[in-house]
Amino acid sequence: MQETIQRQARKVLVGDHAVAEAVKLARTQVISAYPITPQTLIVERLAEMVDNKEINAKFIRVESEFAALASVYGASAGGARAFTATSSHGLFYMYEMLWWAAASRLPLVMAVVTRSLGPPWNIHDEHTDIMAIRDSGWIIGMAQNVQEALDMTLAAYKITEDSRVLLPVAVGLDGFILSHTAEVLEVPSQEVVDGWLPPRDPHIPYVIEPGGEPITMGNMVKSDAHHMLLKKMMDEAMDGAKNVIHDVFASYAKLTGRNNGDLIECVNCQNSDYVAVATGAWSGDIMKAVSDLREEGYNVGFLRIRFLRPFPEEAIMDVASRARGIIVFDRDYSTGLGGIIAAEMMGLVPQSVSFKGVIAGLAGVDVTPSEVKAAIKDFIDDAERNGPIRIRKTWLMQKMEGGKP
Amino acid sequence: MSIRIDQLPRDKFIMPGTAACPGCPLLIGLRQVMMALNGKMSLVIPAGCSSVIPGMSPATSYGVPTIHVPFASSPAVASGLVSAVRMRGNNGPVVVWAGDGASSDIGFAALSGAAARNEDLIYILADNEAYMNTGIQASGTTPWMAWTTTSPNGKTEERKEMALIMLMHKIPYVATASIAYPLDFIAKVRKASQIRGFKFIHLYAPCPPGLKFDDSYTVKIAQLAVETGIWVLWEYNQGKLTISPPSAMYKDKSKRKPLSEYMKLQGRFSKVGEDAMKIYEAKIDAYWNTILKLSELYK
Amino acid sequence: MADLEFTKYLLSRPAPGSAGATGTWRTYRPVVNQDKCIKCGLCWLYCPEDTIDWLEDKSVRINYDYCKGCGVCAEVCPVKVIDMVKETVV
Repeated sequence: MQETIQRQARKVLVGDHAVAEAVKLARTQVISAYPITPQTLIVERLAEMVDNKEINAKFIRVESEFAALASVYGASAGGARAFTATSSHGLFYMYEMLWWAAASRLPLVMAVVTRSLGPPWNIHDEHTDIMAIRDSGWIIGMAQNVQEALDMTLAAYKITEDSRVLLPVAVGLDGFILSHTAEVLEVPSQEVVDGWLPPRDPHIPYVIEPGGEPITMGNMVKSDAHHMLLKKMMDEAMDGAKNVIHDVFASYAKLTGRNNGDLIECVNCQNSDYVAVATGAWSGDIMKAVSDLREEGYNVGFLRIRFLRPFPEEAIMDVASRARGIIVFDRDYSTGLGGIIAAEMMGLVPQSVSFKGVIAGLAGVDVTPSEVKAAIKDFIDDAERNGPIRIRKTWLMQKMEGGKP
Repeated sequence: MSIRIDQLPRDKFIMPGTAACPGCPLLIGLRQVMMALNGKMSLVIPAGCSSVIPGMSPATSYGVPTIHVPFASSPAVASGLVSAVRMRGNNGPVVVWAGDGASSDIGFAALSGAAARNEDLIYILADNEAYMNTGIQASGTTPWMAWTTTSPNGKTEERKEMALIMLMHKIPYVATASIAYPLDFIAKVRKASQIRGFKFIHLYAPCPPGLKFDDSYTVKIAQLAVETGIWVLWEYNQGKLTISPPSAMYKDKSKRKPLSEYMKLQGRFSKVGEDAMKIYEAKIDAYWNTILKLSELYK
Repeated sequence: MADLEFTKYLLSRPAPGSAGATGTWRTYRPVVNQDKCIKCGLCWLYCPEDTIDWLEDKSVRINYDYCKGCGVCAEVCPVKVIDMVKETVV
């Protein structure tokens, strides 16, 4: 094990280039993407790799994100390992294909570099884009740092192609905060990846090819109950993916020595009275706040959501059942409902446990560890004095000139 | 390369008992494509009548590998599919079988993109001149003055000339065809299958309920379209544009049948009076003129 | 083909009658006068439903289980030896 771990190269890469590196290491055969900030570095790097023959892949230079997803979907139906990447408006332009791809049960990997949605035009980070695909049948992961963006992208291929899963996987990484920020990371060697991730079997689950078996995918169904059954099977595949995700990261850890957990990463989350919850890159800042509070004597831990789908409900219920209070930080929102993670979690947190949802950092607004720290502290103090308190939605933001908000 | 009817494969490429309306031109055309390629192909089909015609799963009437895909996506899906199968060493034809709505309207960008990339595809626009599957709404290729449910007094705009638009994408092969001239169409599909790159064939496929004519007249209407000159069969093959044999004699305007013979059989043209008919004939002349000029340019 | 459970419901295979016994849609039945048939095969070539077989001896046989009675065959017959006969009369 020590030997394989040593066969890693230490590199300095921005998040987008780390994703491209993973796509190359996975020996992806068909790549298609359309430029959109802050994803563009991925498509540029991959085009370069294909042109320089660093990777034996076909790059399809499409005219839209809709076509990007449609073409990699077609490539997967034709038996190839395929990849696309997008952000924000581009992801929304793909929307119809997202559902079609998932329900076709074809393996695919997509990077989503998270970004806010206009108007006004804004290229800065927010998680609402990736959250909006959560009902579509895609497995959705969120990386915390550049290393995890690489690791999760590689793992995504193994997860999506597993015959127990066969659902597409989206890997989220925060726009600019990860996509354009250089970090030191360890990159496993091609040899090690080849041994871990064999070439795709084109016949799993099925292949559409000239002169091949005369199967048809997608015509109408005699019984609507069959269609409903297919939905239930997708749901079962999502459930099955929980074990597969565990196994894949466990086997990846054997190669690389890195394992940040399964559906969640837990930092003192099981033995603390209070637990903060978040996903994505700002988890680092939130952990910093949590660790400062622990030094001040607060009994608080952190739960990082690594996969939004399948939703880690067992892990959340387990943590919530031991806690006195849960505070969720959402860098996303559902207009008319509130923070999406808070909304999805609240029902899993017993009534006797305090709960607070905090919406922050939308549209790329900076959130400092000290702001987070103050919010957690307020929550704990309030819960201890008045608990249990249950507030699903609060907004953490700066005062504007003129007193609003 | 003339083809004889008795040389065509007699395999059942279409399983009978489909969901198509009686007299459906799409099945006539699709059968011809399958005969042309002897069933050794795969089909990519966007939303439209052809996604309903194969009937209900677990059965299908299409005897070749087929993927049904969202309305605007077929050229893009096919681009990926052909890339994958070529990488895997399969050189068989990947055929997009798409309607006029999918090609000239909602999927226009994807079609243009795939053509501009010169993807190795055969794209067949099976044109019934309106959104028939949703109940006859006007599309980009619905002709001027034609009744549809969204042009109840006749369409006020011109049709898009899709084959000419595709010609300007500088792809190696562009042709028009008609379900009434199977040997011409089959020859074109076979020729297309021998060429690398994007091949576009615009197939006229008149629809009995949509155009409002008798179920038995499907072939007759398609034939009249050629005989009156309103539908011109031509072929552009890697630099050379020619009028196809069935249309050749109609270069001479006097040989064409009166347009009214074509129009009077179709309820959709009931509002076309004598004056409009004259304008229509002038439009046909203008189109012929364009094609003949192009045939001089692309000699 | 990997035999995965969901593919049984997701994938279709070619079979006749995917939209039922469409012969029941028919009001007029095409009847070929075999004696006068010139065996050209045009009715076979144009039949939308692929319900006409062009046999080894070049005669034709219509599959009435699925023939929808559209009449395209009678219309394209160059010698007009296919009659469209009202079903109730047959």
